[in-house]
Amino acid sequence: MSLIAFLGAIETGFIFALVGLGVFISFRVLNFPDLTVDGSLPLGAAASASLIVAGFDPYSATAIAMLAGAGAGLVTAWLNQALRVLHLLASILTMIALYSINLRVMGRPNQPLLGERTMLSDIEPLGLGPYGSVAVTALVAAAAVALLALFLTSEIGLAMRATGANPRMARAQGVRTGAMTYVGLALANALVALAGALFAQIQGGADISMGIGVIVVGLAAVILGEATLPARAVLWALVGCVLGSLVYRLAVAAALQANVLGLQAQDLKLLTAVLVAAAMLAPLLRERWAAAWAGRR
Amino acid sequence: MIELSGIHVRFNRGSPMETHALRGVDLTLADGEFVTVIGSNGSGKSTLLNVLAGDVPPDSGRVTFDGTDVTARPAAGRAGDVARVFQDPLAGSCEQLTIEENLALAASRGARRSLVPAVTRDRRERFRARLAALKLGLENRLQDRMGLLSGGQRQAVALVMATLRPIGVLLLDEHTAALDPRTAGFVMDLTDRLVAEQKLTTLMVTHSMRLALDHGRRTIMLHEGRAVLDVSGPEREGLGVEDMLHLFERVRGEELSDDSLVLD
Repeated sequence: MSLIAFLGAIETGFIFALVGLGVFISFRVLNFPDLTVDGSLPLGAAASASLIVAGFDPYSATAIAMLAGAGAGLVTAWLNQALRVLHLLASILTMIALYSINLRVMGRPNQPLLGERTMLSDIEPLGLGPYGSVAVTALVAAAAVALLALFLTSEIGLAMRATGANPRMARAQGVRTGAMTYVGLALANALVALAGALFAQIQGGADISMGIGVIVVGLAAVILGEATLPARAVLWALVGCVLGSLVYRLAVAAALQANVLGLQAQDLKLLTAVLVAAAMLAPLLRERWAAAWAGRR
Repeated sequence: MIELSGIHVRFNRGSPMETHALRGVDLTLADGEFVTVIGSNGSGKSTLLNVLAGDVPPDSGRVTFDGTDVTARPAAGRAGDVARVFQDPLAGSCEQLTIEENLALAASRGARRSLVPAVTRDRRERFRARLAALKLGLENRLQDRMGLLSGGQRQAVALVMATLRPIGVLLLDEHTAALDPRTAGFVMDLTDRLVAEQKLTTLMVTHSMRLALDHGRRTIMLHEGRAVLDVSGPEREGLGVEDMLHLFERVRGEELSDDSLVLD
């Protein structure tokens, strides 16, 4: 693998670690399968790119993009909590609605960021070269992990974890489980929108199709993280999401580079699906093997 | 003081499945009173508990805590006043969370939660002391996941969780029914000790006549959604399971089927 391909994989890995963290909050903490992310990632990209082109500085553009993502999460939570729509369906409705909204935000299917000031162009004077974007994305991912670890061990964060783990018990402890769903989905989708905003600034633009399959990539990060770092403490589970995302990107890059396999870039989604399915199967297989082993003895 | 007046609860109203679970229940619990509620399946005892906890809103009637009408408050809104231990040891805690995290959740029950760390050093010391009193060695396992504990250990921790904060009423929902006899005995001893130490107003639901008569100071028998017996004081002293059955037959003029209640 060339250095550029390697750095590219690492940098994309750190960006999608944010998606992994968002998916961790919805799927693992809240036990809410949230597919909104397929819409909130391009929303973050579209909003930040459009704002930067409109003359906003990249930081406020990114912050506003995160708020937009949080809004998308709130819509899904509202559909589920107030209108009693099944969680999965509620998130699919928001996701599909966001497709149109993202086109409206950009006014066209893509929004290039050529020659604009971005968070990346701001660090160019530091002379880090190709390491610059890796440094920025690593820093953002580390900050997200640290803040989330603090949040999830706070009183409110604990209440959110109880909401997903045992809602009846949570209510008996005075936790307003409905409110926790709103907060959690807003937080998750804000993180995913942040990933979108970073991705747009590093890739040089937003594109309407960049959201396809984001949920699977996020899940891949979470599941591979659990496989590589099977720890229970919150901090390590979060670090696992980042590790999982890096492992996933490196595995994909390696698979695409290995000419013997004959894989091409268009095989990426298939590869991802197979990888996630295999990772999900792993605990089951491990159990079966353990049982078979015990049976033999 | 906890007061229920004229409580009616109907499930599946207007459908052929309609059941009238509570048919006008009036009940007053004085402060510090330990009341046991006995009844067979379908007598309405679980519904009564759910009405008190706020899980089931009554169709009519009022629930008041110390004179405040809480009838319209859902469970989360009553949590500051009500602590509950469930029958299923898995129901009262989060198995994915650690013991200290479960305790921390309960330590903020009904209070405003903020972004401060949930498990502080002060709290950990308090939890350790409370768990040490159980003599189960759990004080050294604060960071173990709740799911690693046995049913009896979980019910013991659930009782500690319920009594970490001052409460208006403790609701015990057949909390020893899922345990083996020895463990059940341990959990009941712990219950009696905590209730006495903290002078807790307690309502314990059970379908064991023996448990209902051996614990607390007053026993109420529910039958088909009504309180048919309410014995306390000298009348209850020395009352055996047989006597209780006779009392029931006299009041209702019908025989209670043996298999609907656990007699021993």
